[in-house]
Amino acid sequence: MTEVLLEIDNLSVDYETGRGDLKALRNISFSLNKGEIVGIVGESGCGKSTLISSILRLTAPNTRFREGEVRFKGRNLLNISEQDMRSLRGSDISIVFQDPMQTHNPVLTIGRQMLDIQHRSSATKAEKLHRAAEMLSAVGIPDPQARLKQFPHEFSGGMRQRIAIAMALMSEPDLLIADEPTTALDATLEVQIIEHLRSLQQDMNCAVLFISHHLGVIAELCDRVVVMYAGAVVESGDVREIFGNPKHPYTRRLIDCDPGHIKERARVLPTIPGEVPDLANLPKGCIFRERCDQAMPRCTASVPPLQTIAEITGHRAACWLNHEEMAS
Amino acid sequence: MSLLQVQDLKTSYGKVNVLAGVSFQVEPGETYALVGESGSGKTTVIRAIAGLAPAQHGSVKFNGMEIRGASERKLRPLRKDIAMMFQDPVGSLSPRLTVGRLITEPYKIQGMKDRDLNLEAKRLLEMVNLPSHFADRFPYQLSGGQARRVGVARALALEPKLILADEPTAGLDVSVQGELLNLLNDLRERLGLAMVIITHNLNVVRHVADRMGIMYLGRLVEEGTTEEIFRASRHPYTRCLLSANSEPDPDARLERIALKGEPPSLLTRPHGCEFRERCPFAHSGCERVPVWEVENGHGLRCLAPLTS
Repeated sequence: MTEVLLEIDNLSVDYETGRGDLKALRNISFSLNKGEIVGIVGESGCGKSTLISSILRLTAPNTRFREGEVRFKGRNLLNISEQDMRSLRGSDISIVFQDPMQTHNPVLTIGRQMLDIQHRSSATKAEKLHRAAEMLSAVGIPDPQARLKQFPHEFSGGMRQRIAIAMALMSEPDLLIADEPTTALDATLEVQIIEHLRSLQQDMNCAVLFISHHLGVIAELCDRVVVMYAGAVVESGDVREIFGNPKHPYTRRLIDCDPGHIKERARVLPTIPGEVPDLANLPKGCIFRERCDQAMPRCTASVPPLQTIAEITGHRAACWLNHEEMAS
Repeated sequence: MSLLQVQDLKTSYGKVNVLAGVSFQVEPGETYALVGESGSGKTTVIRAIAGLAPAQHGSVKFNGMEIRGASERKLRPLRKDIAMMFQDPVGSLSPRLTVGRLITEPYKIQGMKDRDLNLEAKRLLEMVNLPSHFADRFPYQLSGGQARRVGVARALALEPKLILADEPTAGLDVSVQGELLNLLNDLRERLGLAMVIITHNLNVVRHVADRMGIMYLGRLVEEGTTEEIFRASRHPYTRCLLSANSEPDPDARLERIALKGEPPSLLTRPHGCEFRERCPFAHSGCERVPVWEVENGHGLRCLAPLTS
């Protein structure tokens, strides 16, 4: 039986700015089961970062939670005490950041940092160091005992990201948030990171929320996918459904745009013309309307709800086209 | 005669041999892609061509004229013909100048006083599909994609014959990436531009480059037409790079060739074939130093070449 670990329920988050409220997230709903890998895919400005910082409650001072809940193991993280939140971070929920070059403290050895991260454990220093070395070898760092004595600058970017993964997984968290962990790396290193992440995830049975704008990586790693555009979920469902049978024009166009998709040399590559709308001054109706080539009068009139398309696969999309299809 | 001819180019910073002899040429109107991992020397090659990085040895000929180590005075008139697009789109624009000033600065530097700069700015913005009121904007008011297009406009200002583009699509969203590549393809056709493009995104290379060179530790290890490299690459490193290319399809059968270990340090270059320690196909013969061999326009530096 699948057990829900994280549930984002109708979450709306604004940033207060001089120009008025910037509606960064609007009615976001999705869930993550225990031991599952869910990918969040979307381009700049879609709200990926706001979503992560809302889950961890590490938000900027001008952030306003307007509506909804973030439930982790049934508890709403948005109204627990700061102390309780702090005891969750790094033990039950941990994170791997985008930039491996800035994740580690440059003036402490890797060993020191891996000891520090175990501050909650009652094990002896020797045991903690042993555990650190074990984790390093689990992410494929050769000669871990000697490496523990080295500083971050003595490691390559790919190694540093693998160390960041090792550190995030030390406490055997139930949820790992991976925020574009491969964006700063070459394709060959990206493959290594994905392999390590997958094998550790299977060993520890931890759930992963994998954020990326790279469709290829999402397709390869994830069980389910949530597609975001300009602060809203436009489509979500099983990875095969999303890539094989996309039901939102944005998802379709995004997949078309990926040059990995086009095998023959193309003179003209597909694009999505236009810009993401201003979130401080939301247009009426569907958020994707202005860039959509299938927009209808109805799209201007009201915002399409995220509607279930296939019950079995949990495929949902927010587009009026699907309503028309179902009606006819 | 080739437009650009790079011959045995070597660069070292102290004891670090960043480039250990790079040779290739680019014909007029041709797009040549340099690919390889971080630290393989791609950026140093194009910076050395533009005279922005030192090159202690070898030759760089542009239109037959030697420009390696040329004085700034001698280089300045040539900078009309060779334009550079830098990797960081926003960082390469001065934050205190408007877009209009930024894209017309090349005219001032070249002393072209007869030009109407407002008119030129308008023309250039139009060329890269930006509205003309963008001339009054500052770099911080631009999105990543817009800043890229400003970079393209500035590179095109003096109608160069050769563009050196360092990761022109890095950091761009896929929906915008195509737009920039289409723009470059279009300009190349209309203006007959030649380009050297650096990228580690092989999916991009396939759509823009005529020929490509694969670099490893400051050397070319394979070179050929893009079509040939994708179809019948022979160097194990090229195969690894190609196999790391992901596809937006959950059922894609990816036959991955895993690279062993990390790129070696440039300070302690391995003996023999420098890729040997990471190569899944290396044999005892690879302890010898492989030489560059060219067959039907397909260059290769390997002692354990693969067949399709």
